[in-house]
Formats: sequence, structure tokens, C-alpha cells
Amino acid sequence: MSGSFLESNVIFQEIYCVLAGSKYAGESCSAQGLLPVGYDWIGFFIAGFAIMFILANAFMLGAAVFVYSERRLLGKFQLRTGPNRVGPFGLLQPIADILKLLMKEDIVPNGADKPVHTLAPIVMLAPAILVTAVIPFGSGYFLTDLNVGLLYIVAVSGMITIAIFMAGWSCNNRYALFGSMRGVAQLISYELPMVFSMVGILILTGSLSLIDVVNAQDIPFILVQPMAFVIFLIGTSAELNRTPFDIVEAESEIIAGYHTEYSGIKFALFQAAEMGSILVSGAVVATLFLKGWEGPFLPGPIWFLIKVYGFVFLMIWVRATLPRLRVDQVMGFAWKFLLPLSLVNIFVTGASVFILGDMENGVRVLDSVDLLLVGAINLLSLIACLVLAGFFMKTKASGGRSREILVSEFDPAGREVLT
Amino acid sequence: MDDYFSQYGLVAIFVCLAIFVPMSMLILSRLLGLVRVRPSKFNDVKFEPYECGVQQIGKRWGQFNFRYYTFALLFVVLDVVTIFLFPWALKFNQLGLFGFIEMTIFMLILLLGYVYAWRKGALQWD
Repeated sequence: MSGSFLESNVIFQEIYCVLAGSKYAGESCSAQGLLPVGYDWIGFFIAGFAIMFILANAFMLGAAVFVYSERRLLGKFQLRTGPNRVGPFGLLQPIADILKLLMKEDIVPNGADKPVHTLAPIVMLAPAILVTAVIPFGSGYFLTDLNVGLLYIVAVSGMITIAIFMAGWSCNNRYALFGSMRGVAQLISYELPMVFSMVGILILTGSLSLIDVVNAQDIPFILVQPMAFVIFLIGTSAELNRTPFDIVEAESEIIAGYHTEYSGIKFALFQAAEMGSILVSGAVVATLFLKGWEGPFLPGPIWFLIKVYGFVFLMIWVRATLPRLRVDQVMGFAWKFLLPLSLVNIFVTGASVFILGDMENGVRVLDSVDLLLVGAINLLSLIACLVLAGFFMKTKASGGRSREILVSEFDPAGREVLT
Repeated sequence: MDDYFSQYGLVAIFVCLAIFVPMSMLILSRLLGLVRVRPSKFNDVKFEPYECGVQQIGKRWGQFNFRYYTFALLFVVLDVVTIFLFPWALKFNQLGLFGFIEMTIFMLILLLGYVYAWRKGALQWD
């Protein structure tokens, strides 16, 4: 059990060294080892489990911190105080919430599919935690460095779609079903532009491993790939069902969407999964576009946290600012604007890298000036696309037509009522 | 190779832990129900599915207007394209002009289908 993985993973190596000793942990380790010879796999297991334990707890704690910060900040945005009674500055509010939800009755409605109803929160929370496995929190602070890291993130977070559909379908409730239908449609629609926007980064880095992605960023990719960043940001906030795209749980239309029938601890699990995923997405954005843990003066993990919370603050700010979009607007935006834009991004990035890069030993390399030029071309084409789209929409404005059609989703007679 | 298996082994263990976390909370809630900290009282009206407070009309899982299936079909097509795009992007810096033009042609064929779907109104709400 030695090799590049063990040498690069600092925490893991420390624990493994103390437990298994220098015989297994490599030259840099000088400890005797607590475990008898031949039982190094126990040390490997414990070292891995320690990091997993930290990650899972950090996820849940992060969700709690997010609940508090979102309510507090939304309060500030709306010129009110926010929670301030439980603990100093209301800091213990999330703990009070979770205790309250633990004490609440767990209701499974009549005629519901009970096994699926119970399974849905588990399927929702597990992938959200699992994404943290490949994210590097600092130089040498990570659980695993999979060589398919980015693909792993896409695959695992895609599971949330299934969880939403399970939750909506199992409840025997029309509103939950509507919510889950919308959720599935929205999630799969925004997954495409999101995944396509990663392709530009793959062209520049040539690796799916997140550590390689961070190391490849001589210049943060937000400057090299502004178009991909915009697409990824919008796609992420749609994947998270955040406010401009929160048609999944639009409370004024379909009560609470797919978790209408959930109460008590199951509801808490759904909330924890949603809130935690926002932090995890922040971590993904920081890794892909903001140079991960790297920054001047401060240690890596602190820089990483600053970047993640910058993203979180942006999400809360957007929620406080923008109203909810309609269903047809959300779907149309994904399919008619973001998807072509992401294809344009792939083409522009590919072409500019192809033209600007110089072949050296059969591999194309770009220096910093080339990268900045790629970024400038990218930004210019983003602006051109926006102008074009604005011009196109202006000439093809459809007036208030869509609204009538939307009402007919619920009630065919609504068309007459409205006009 | 050892590296490979140890990393995926860690992910496998992490899967078990990630399933254990929500399971343990559900079990904790169930235990609290057993010791009567958490109420559990059956009431026919309370267990009715919530429809704004009135009784549920119609049979369970009734028919509904489903407008999203064209999106789902298009999603399947384009998601498969991702499988082709990722390896191409990974090896892009070792490919010559041929690799670039080939992918452009591939995407153009795809765009043809996309434009056809748009013109046919597959992306329209009704």
C-alpha cells in the first residue's frame, strides 16, 4: 500500500504511518506502527474512515451553518433581523430546528408506497455526501484522487434526480407528483449545459482528476473560461433548485413540491441534502474555476472555505433578489439558450486552443499569454452570443401567450378564466 | 494498480457510510417513537394526502398532463454525446487538425437534429 496516492494525501498518510509503521507507509514515515505486522489493512481502513468521518460530519455541520447563514442573511436583505433568539445571535437555531423535527410525528399518508417513501430521503442525502469524496480541500487534504473525478461528480449528483422522483411518486399526492415531474425535467435539462461547460476545462487540463484541474490553473479558469463559468453557475443553481429556478418546490403553486408529504426527520434529511449540496457545489465551482485551495498568505483550506462561502453568499444574494421563473421559461432557457451557448463554448475554446497552442513533443501547450487570449476570445463570444440572443428574442417576442398555456397545466378551463 | 483498488475501495466504504448517515437518523427517529418522546397517533383525517385541506378527489396516481417527455428523449440523445465529448476533450491537446474537424462535423450532424426538433416545436411548451 504505497505509491503516489499515499504520498500525496497528507492526513491519510499521517494516520496510516502511526498505525501501520514505516514498513508499509513508505520512506517518509519513521513511526514503529501500533498494529502487528501483516495487519496494515486495518490501519488503511481506520485512516480512510477518519477522513470519511470528518467529511460526513463537515457536510452535516455545513448544512446547519448554511441554514443559519441563509436565514440570517435573507433577514438582512429584507431589512429584518432574522433568527436571533436561540443562543448568541441565534447561532443555535439549526440545532433547535433539528431537535424539533426529531420530536415531530413521522407521517406516511394513506395509500402511499411506504418503502419508497422511506427510501427517498436516503437516496437524496447519500449522493450529496458522496460527492465530497473527490474534492481536494487543500494541498494534500482529500479522501481520494480518482482519475475520473469530474465524471464521478456528474454521475453521483445525477442520482438526486431519482430521489426527487421517488419522493414525488411515492406520496400519492398530486402536488408532490407535479413537483417531482418538474424537478426531473429541470434537473435533466440543466445537467446538459453544465456537463458541456466542463468540456472546455477538460480541453485545457487534459485530466478528469480534480487535483490536476487545480494544478493546471496557472490563471484561474474563471478568466480563461468566462462563458463556461456563467453556464456552470446558472446550471448549478438550477440543479440545486435555487430561487430563479425553484419551480420544483414553488410554494405558491404546488405547496412544497416533492416533499409536501414529508414531515419530521425525513423532511430534515431532505433539507440537509439540499443545503449541503449547495456547499458541495460551491466546492466544485471553487475547484473548477477559482483555482481551488490556492491563494496568497493564508493556508489552503481557509482559501478554499472563503471561495466556497463566496459562492454560497452569491446564491443567497440571488435568492433575495430574483423572482421565480415560470416552468416554460425555465425549460426554454435551458434548451433554447444555455445548450447552444455551451456548444458554442466548446467550439470557441477548441478552436482558440487549436490555433494558439504550439505543438511540443506531440502535445499542445499554452503559456499564460495564450490562456489570457483564450479567455478574451471566450468573453467576446459570450457577449456576441448575448447580443445575438437579445436581438433574436426581440424580433420573436411572443407577448403574454405562454401564460395562458401554463395555467392549462392544472385546469383546461383556466384559459377562459384568465382571458 | 494497487493504488487504483485502494482508492475505489475507499469510495466503496464511503458509499456505505453515506447510506448509514441518513439511515441512522431514521432509526434514531424510530427509537424516539418507541420510547414515546415522539408522538405517533393514528388519525384518519391526518393521514389523508394533503390537497389544500379538502378531501382528495379521484383515485390514487390519477392521469395527468405530461409535457416533458420530448425533453427527456432529447436529453438521452445529448447525454450520450457527452460520452463521446469527454474522451475527445481529454485527448484534444494530442490531436491534430483531423480530431478537431471530425468533432465539428459530428456536432454539426447533431445540431441538424437539434434544429429539426426546435422547428418541429419539441422545445415549445405546448
